[in-house]
Amino acid sequence: MQSKETILKVNHLKINFNTYAGTVKAIRDVSFDLKKGETLAIVGESGSGKTVTTRSIMGLLANNAVVEGGTIQFHDKDVLKMSQKQLEGLRGAKIAQIFQDPMTSLDPTMRIGRQIAEPLMIHKGVKKDKAMAQALEMMKLVGITDAENRINDYPHQFSGGMRQRIVIAIALINYPEILIADEPTTALDVTIQAQILNLMRELQDKISTSIIFITHDLGVVAGMADRVAVMYAGKIVEYGTVDEIFYNPKHPYTWGLLSSMPTLDTDSGELASIPGTPPDLLDPPKGDAFAARNPYALKIDTEQEPPFFKVSDTHYAATWLLHPDAPKVTPPDQIIQRQAKFAAMQKEAKQQHKIEEEEEQQ
Amino acid sequence: MELDNAKKVLEVSHLKQYFNVGKRDEVRAVDDISFDIYEGETFGLVGESGSGKTTTGRAIIHLYRPTSGSIKFYGQEIIGMKDKKKMQQFRRDMQMIFQDPYASLNPRMKVKDIVAEGIDINHLAKNDADRSKQVADLLATVGLNRDHASRYPHEFSGGQRQRIGIARALAVQPKFIIADEPISALDVSIQAQVVNLLKKLQRERKLTFLFIAHDLSMVKYISDRIGVLHYGRMLEVGTSDEVYNHPLHDYTRSLLSAVPVPDPEYERTRTQIKYDPKYEDGSKKRELVEIVPHHYVQCSQDEIPMYQERAKSMGLSVKEPG
Repeated sequence: MQSKETILKVNHLKINFNTYAGTVKAIRDVSFDLKKGETLAIVGESGSGKTVTTRSIMGLLANNAVVEGGTIQFHDKDVLKMSQKQLEGLRGAKIAQIFQDPMTSLDPTMRIGRQIAEPLMIHKGVKKDKAMAQALEMMKLVGITDAENRINDYPHQFSGGMRQRIVIAIALINYPEILIADEPTTALDVTIQAQILNLMRELQDKISTSIIFITHDLGVVAGMADRVAVMYAGKIVEYGTVDEIFYNPKHPYTWGLLSSMPTLDTDSGELASIPGTPPDLLDPPKGDAFAARNPYALKIDTEQEPPFFKVSDTHYAATWLLHPDAPKVTPPDQIIQRQAKFAAMQKEAKQQHKIEEEEEQQ
Repeated sequence: MELDNAKKVLEVSHLKQYFNVGKRDEVRAVDDISFDIYEGETFGLVGESGSGKTTTGRAIIHLYRPTSGSIKFYGQEIIGMKDKKKMQQFRRDMQMIFQDPYASLNPRMKVKDIVAEGIDINHLAKNDADRSKQVADLLATVGLNRDHASRYPHEFSGGQRQRIGIARALAVQPKFIIADEPISALDVSIQAQVVNLLKKLQRERKLTFLFIAHDLSMVKYISDRIGVLHYGRMLEVGTSDEVYNHPLHDYTRSLLSAVPVPDPEYERTRTQIKYDPKYEDGSKKRELVEIVPHHYVQCSQDEIPMYQERAKSMGLSVKEPG
């Protein structure tokens, strides 16, 4: 995964919103990169800044938003410095987005074939007949049954799952380099959700798009992501490969998130929960924003914000617990079980590696 | 829980709830379902959108007039109840917690008046001081503090609002609570807080719960027994361990196989079971049949052996007929 080319680089992004109540510091120094063909999941609670981050990549920030600093590099160009015209050339062509609610993201008065073909006609200047033919192909690709007959139907004639397929077809018709999926399955039932996620995985293989997947559902993340970034109060607090985040998490917030979700194996008994509520970003607390809810908080957490500490080449976490001078703490039981699994997996991988080396020598 | 000797709190039998009866757009939202809920347990109703879970809850608490069937609460028939006094008592004994903590609180009322509305209607407070004391106690019970009483709903977060909704339900000392997707509008970290609160209240106050949700892992966690609804019919009923670990009906199996699990390795190897609704096609008369003790599956007479075989192959002891 590392050798792959980086296509998007977000550097020290800071975004504020001016409101009547004051300045809301929604994004407070966020950096990450996205490689070709990979899926990066951004997880966090509502208000943690997941959606604002992706909206800034699309150049879709609200009027009261102020970019205080940072850059968003897409192929050596800074998206934040682009003109409206340049952004229009980007959106729907190079970067496409699937929204959460398939009920409201389609035009109810436009036939779906036309809606799918529209980005082609606008961005590539394809003639209508040809565009419609491609739209039909795309409808088949996303699994809309009886596509020939349904191309002239209106959105209300489709179920929620089918509408989300249509939205995906629109997003993918121009073979975008980046697909931003903002809670694409939250409004769907589990069985339909599974179908849509499978579809996204298949299509990603076919057209090698990079996906930024935003969700609060860690189950979905486990199945979709190559890498995961955990956001809290406008910051990324931990990032790493999907295995590193799920089996070897280091940040207490990630611990809390993972243990507060019951799995089908969880027995009854007290569910681990994160006490309190997220901080008010009108007035972010001094030091680590998570300190007030963190049972493992150290004294320094209320005074100084923790920098990123390196766990591995791909895994970083912003918590003082990783400082060499920090006291050793015992994570929640669930996390210990996960870490045991991680150790076992690494051992297995090492052995596998050894066997392969030996085979090579022979 | 010992199911054989448990006392039935709620007996729903052959409940039908149709809308637009006799018209072209007749909807059979709930179509002939039967189940019992025992004292002190949590019964979970799961199903996809449109399966009729919410309609069932609303029919039970008498927000709808059921098309036919019977609902007995502590042995008393609720449908068509004429006695005003009894009806008022019923409305006190059964309370509801709603899904949307933003829409279910009146924005123009103070928290203390929202919580005390039931107290006022049922004349449960001796005087003003007693009323304030009851409200303060209720707020403390759900983890809010006394000075929250004089604020308005918009001053609270989603999780706090849901706590206010729970305090309102508890104010009239109910025996039975219907919780319709009480946590699905909340963030993950807050969901666990509310679920722990509900469990604590159940322990302390010996409440019986009907818990309606689509989040299968949460339903499994909170429920003692579970009913699976699909197209307005109950397909499978059993203890939550039975239903989750040994699902017998194809639909339940398919539903469970679609639940994403926060474990990457599991997700990589997961195979989803496709569901073929041939066991629901309406060509035969199907009823809930007890295949394994206390584990029911909707099937016709000639399908019983198939489910029995299936249960045996899972190592379960099949219920002997008769």
